[in-house]
Amino acid sequence: MNTPTLSRRHFLQGAGALLVGFNFAGGPLALAARTVEPRAAIDKPLGTDRVHAWLAVTDDGRVIVYSGKVELGTGVETALRQIVADALAVHFDTTEIVQGDTALTPDQGYTAGSKTIQQGGARLRAAAATARGLLLAKAADRLDVASSRLVAADGEIRVDGDKSRVLRYADLIDEAGFDAPVDSDAEAPEARRFVGRSVPRVDIPDKVAGRFNYLQDLRLADMWHARVVRPPTTGTVRTPAVASIDRDSVGKNVEIVQRGAFVAVAAATEWAAMQAADDLSVQWADLEPMPDADTPFAAFDAAAGTGRVSAEAGDVEAALGDGDDVLSAEYDWPFQIHDSIGPSCALADVREDSATIWSATQGVYPLRSALADLLDRDERAVRVIYVEGSGCYGHNGADDVAADAALVSQAIGRPVRLQWSRADEHGWAPKGPAMRMQLRGRVKDGRVAAWAFENLTPSHLTRPGGGAGARNVLAGNLVHGTHASDRYVGGDRNAPADYRFDAYRVSTRWVDVADALLRCSALRTLGAIQNSFANESFIDELAAAAERDPVAFRLDHLDDPRARAVIETVADRAGWQARVSPQRREDSAPTPRTGRGMAFARYENEFAYVAVVAEVEVSDGDGIRVRRVVVAHDCGLIVNPDGLENQIEGNVMQAVGRTLKEAVTWDRTGVTSLDWAGYPILTFPEMPEVEIALIDRPDQPSTGAGEPASVPIPAAIANAVFDATGQRLRAVPLRWNGSA
Amino acid sequence: MAQFTLRVNDETREVDVAPETPLLYVLRNELGLTATRYGCGKAQCGACMVVMDGEATPSCVVPVVAAAEQPILTLEGLADGDRLDPLQQAFIDEQAVQCGFCITGMIMSAHALLERTPRPSRAAIKQALASNLCGCGTHRRIVNAVERAAERRSA
Repeated sequence: MNTPTLSRRHFLQGAGALLVGFNFAGGPLALAARTVEPRAAIDKPLGTDRVHAWLAVTDDGRVIVYSGKVELGTGVETALRQIVADALAVHFDTTEIVQGDTALTPDQGYTAGSKTIQQGGARLRAAAATARGLLLAKAADRLDVASSRLVAADGEIRVDGDKSRVLRYADLIDEAGFDAPVDSDAEAPEARRFVGRSVPRVDIPDKVAGRFNYLQDLRLADMWHARVVRPPTTGTVRTPAVASIDRDSVGKNVEIVQRGAFVAVAAATEWAAMQAADDLSVQWADLEPMPDADTPFAAFDAAAGTGRVSAEAGDVEAALGDGDDVLSAEYDWPFQIHDSIGPSCALADVREDSATIWSATQGVYPLRSALADLLDRDERAVRVIYVEGSGCYGHNGADDVAADAALVSQAIGRPVRLQWSRADEHGWAPKGPAMRMQLRGRVKDGRVAAWAFENLTPSHLTRPGGGAGARNVLAGNLVHGTHASDRYVGGDRNAPADYRFDAYRVSTRWVDVADALLRCSALRTLGAIQNSFANESFIDELAAAAERDPVAFRLDHLDDPRARAVIETVADRAGWQARVSPQRREDSAPTPRTGRGMAFARYENEFAYVAVVAEVEVSDGDGIRVRRVVVAHDCGLIVNPDGLENQIEGNVMQAVGRTLKEAVTWDRTGVTSLDWAGYPILTFPEMPEVEIALIDRPDQPSTGAGEPASVPIPAAIANAVFDATGQRLRAVPLRWNGSA
Repeated sequence: MAQFTLRVNDETREVDVAPETPLLYVLRNELGLTATRYGCGKAQCGACMVVMDGEATPSCVVPVVAAAEQPILTLEGLADGDRLDPLQQAFIDEQAVQCGFCITGMIMSAHALLERTPRPSRAAIKQALASNLCGCGTHRRIVNAVERAAERRSA
């Protein structure tokens, strides 16, 4: 395989031209043999402030979009193309995307946090609208007419009412090109041709036909297969040293790689590598890093500092008073894992003077910085190329396995494919942190008079980047005996409730990485789902204390018309009957008992609005079953309604599973839930039916939809269980132990 | 290493591998049929599902020695040339994919179901997919796609 050249010399004359006349031979990947070689590194600008960093028009009229935001299986590749097609006035079918390649695409940080449409889409729209404006100006000049007489459509500019005077975009771009700054205020055309339509996703036909190649399906010429051999302290922040390795425990045709506590094996075939990983005998120093406890909260409590206040108004302690009408409640959330069905995988080809890594990372540039440090190379000599892997719901093992593969390739001097096992992924991929939320409140005259929130949380962000170097990949920790760097992120997301209270205080007690017990990082919504579970459960507890209908009680504390609209819409769609919870029932009422619960959240207190109603059945035999979930969703201008519904449904299903089933288990040594039997997720027989009311706001900017609908689900379910049974469950996974 | 004769997608293929090698790795690495995917290695998730002798079978736990001579169908063998199977088309029509890593297994499990029970109830579809996991939460659309395919096949 040819090593990609990273110096960007002599690819194109007329560097900087919007027109780049190169040809993507073989499409994005050479599919025939499923053996992949990198695209030629071309001389193209990468700076996010230049139009031609984002867009190219080929001389046969195709529009290449260079996106640092990547398709994680959510459909954004289609949606981003819709946005560009309208802003540039070209047909959707003429667009294509090159995504996540440090040699080709601008640095847009991470594809995360429901920001791809919100930020990435806005950026591409601005670049495309700027390009369209430049093309119109050039056409006006060339045709010697006022630009107001010109119409841009389908990649052409014509004089209105004169069919003979037409110029193709490609004809308008000359040697000088358009090395122009992106005008972030450039206006896209009013008329929307593709935005707002349910354009079918471009990736689905190949996926169902068996033609799509995930990262796991690709091969490098002459590569070996590798597997990691981990310490017994599965998933923990603190890890033991290697005491000894019996190199004779595996066959002669196996390479053993050890650097510090990083151990891996490689062999010519995948099965041989798997057997070698099983057979290799490694002795580790004794270490029991986990507490002898059912939950991490005593350990967290002992380690955390005092609360950092993130929102406050009025004198909350005075408003609470010391009467017996103060309600207090404690809500717990467990460590959870990513539900990626395909364990993480990477390809690496590390040579003397270059390194190329293919990864399903959410951020090719931050990963590059970690790999350069790990491999002791200059960043410019490392190229990271994104390839879609199994669905990703945050910082799973994708970055870690890329570092593993790179280390092994460097050590054995061959291209390597390293596939994590299911146990590697369940055990070692970063966890969504366990959290405890404590609330106190008081109602007076049917309203909330005081609201005090404090939570206890590890950081939800230990991703590569931010100068952390090799510290923020597992291989770096094992080689150097370090742990991830501390940044307090995500634990306070949606900690403030969205309601108007006269007296409130919201604070967070942060747990440092060294005290977090397990490796933690970003999992869908970061802390928003946990904090909203507490907030939206507690507002329901206060509504019950005030003997108010939960919907009316919420509306009494909300002014924002968009917030009120999602709540009123979901109540209407769900057929909500106004009354106090719990339902009054005779003790002899038959089971299963049914109940309904509602919850609302505005993502990060400033983006998408979501209100949900959950309907549950509770019985001693089957526990809690969620039968129906109704969602009202407002994320501004909708780019692709069906794609949006797909995302909302996915959020609902995954959040139902997270609420009812998912919890990491451990012993003194480390994580013990290492397969789907030990860590069950939602199955088909357990799925609820889902109904969705989309509220389109064409005059409002699009905000992200990859996470918001997850956020209110847990509280809606807990509130429904309370409605059905009168019992308040405050620990996730919600388990029914009492008698219904 | 030993020679085995596999009957995959109506073709006869010879492979030379260790007898205990799971069928999954033979399909992917020897025959290039990578639509069958590794998910757990323990028959818990369904990502590696193939149809073997008419039954939906997780290929990660079937040693190649036990798969020899059996008729095996993988996702690549479902279409008739360029014409997709009604089940595949139904997944497109319902846009029943998010990341799609599990979709091979969903389609193969549903195919075995529909061959056995042409018009299954919605509950029967959910039951037939009970050992197929989807992390993205595409459940409702997947069930809808199987229902649609059943209607189309029996029309």
